[in-house]
Amino acid sequence: MYIIIGGGGDVGYYLTSNLLSHGHEVLLLEKNSARQQALSEELGQAVLRGDACEARTLEEAGAQRADVIIAVTGEDEDNLVICQVAKQRFHVARTIARLNNPKNEVLFQKLGIDVSISPTKSILSLIESELPGPHFVNIMTLKKAGLEIVQLSVPSVSPVIGKHLNQINLPRRCTLALIIRGDETIFPSGETPVMANDEVYALLTRESEEELRRTFGAA
Amino acid sequence: MKVVILGCGRVGATLATQLDKAGHHVAVIDNNHDAFQRLEPTFRGEKVMGNGVEHQVLKRAGIETADAFAAVTNGDNRNIMASQIAKEIFQVKKVVCRIYDPLRQNTYDEIGLETICPTVVGADMLFQALSIK
Repeated sequence: MYIIIGGGGDVGYYLTSNLLSHGHEVLLLEKNSARQQALSEELGQAVLRGDACEARTLEEAGAQRADVIIAVTGEDEDNLVICQVAKQRFHVARTIARLNNPKNEVLFQKLGIDVSISPTKSILSLIESELPGPHFVNIMTLKKAGLEIVQLSVPSVSPVIGKHLNQINLPRRCTLALIIRGDETIFPSGETPVMANDEVYALLTRESEEELRRTFGAA
Repeated sequence: MKVVILGCGRVGATLATQLDKAGHHVAVIDNNHDAFQRLEPTFRGEKVMGNGVEHQVLKRAGIETADAFAAVTNGDNRNIMASQIAKEIFQVKKVVCRIYDPLRQNTYDEIGLETICPTVVGADMLFQALSIK
């Protein structure tokens, strides 16, 4: 695969290095000459000096034959433009953008960016899921399947405490994949009872989330 | 007409003043407070300080009820992103975006954004001026 990466910060650097070690053809674009030189010392020919939002640079980088373009600069607006120019002008099949402000996710989707990844959102979810007390956190979205992985903690006042899973009315298109109870890891069956403070991991559609929340009386 | 202008530089301030004098309701956004000094003291419109790609800031400037939006910051990418937010998220009917880079303007023209490229316009005018004997 030929992959072009826009933005030679830490993410760009590690991504390039990693992809190269997996045997892909990679070109990293960095507009700052001092930074580009430093990167070239580590990554050699895999770095090109240039601004990835400029059509000229993308042309020089051979964008017309790229399979993927990944925009990982520190600015959402730059990442947006890199992906849009790549797609519109060079018909790059797959565009991936780093999104610093999670609020821009809808915009990026509307504008045809194939994948947007928000480190902020991912970290927020992970932290929220570590916090004590009742919570209902979206850990991950499986875009292709249209499913979410959520983690909820069963509050002490939950209406389903003491019930077995097969006694609980779960929403359609929802699987309870895992229960963590203290140090115990439980792969639940229909007979598994629910207890207060259980950490429940569910795989379900976005539409089913509200119902699951209500059923468990979760926050 | 209710207009939101992003960027209170020379063009933004001039545009805001023109629209204000013509009787329109104007809101200007800039992330630098000093920029508003470019506006005349008689300016009746709103001055909103903040980052024009943040939805909250745009809302404070009244984008939800705006008839028009113009992006004239000194950054092409910022103008491009803000214009698309105005168009796609807030459904503003008339959106105009300044883009200095002619190639980028070309691309966004194709995408369907209304753009103005002062580089090309300026070069054309100078070309005409130099051609006069």
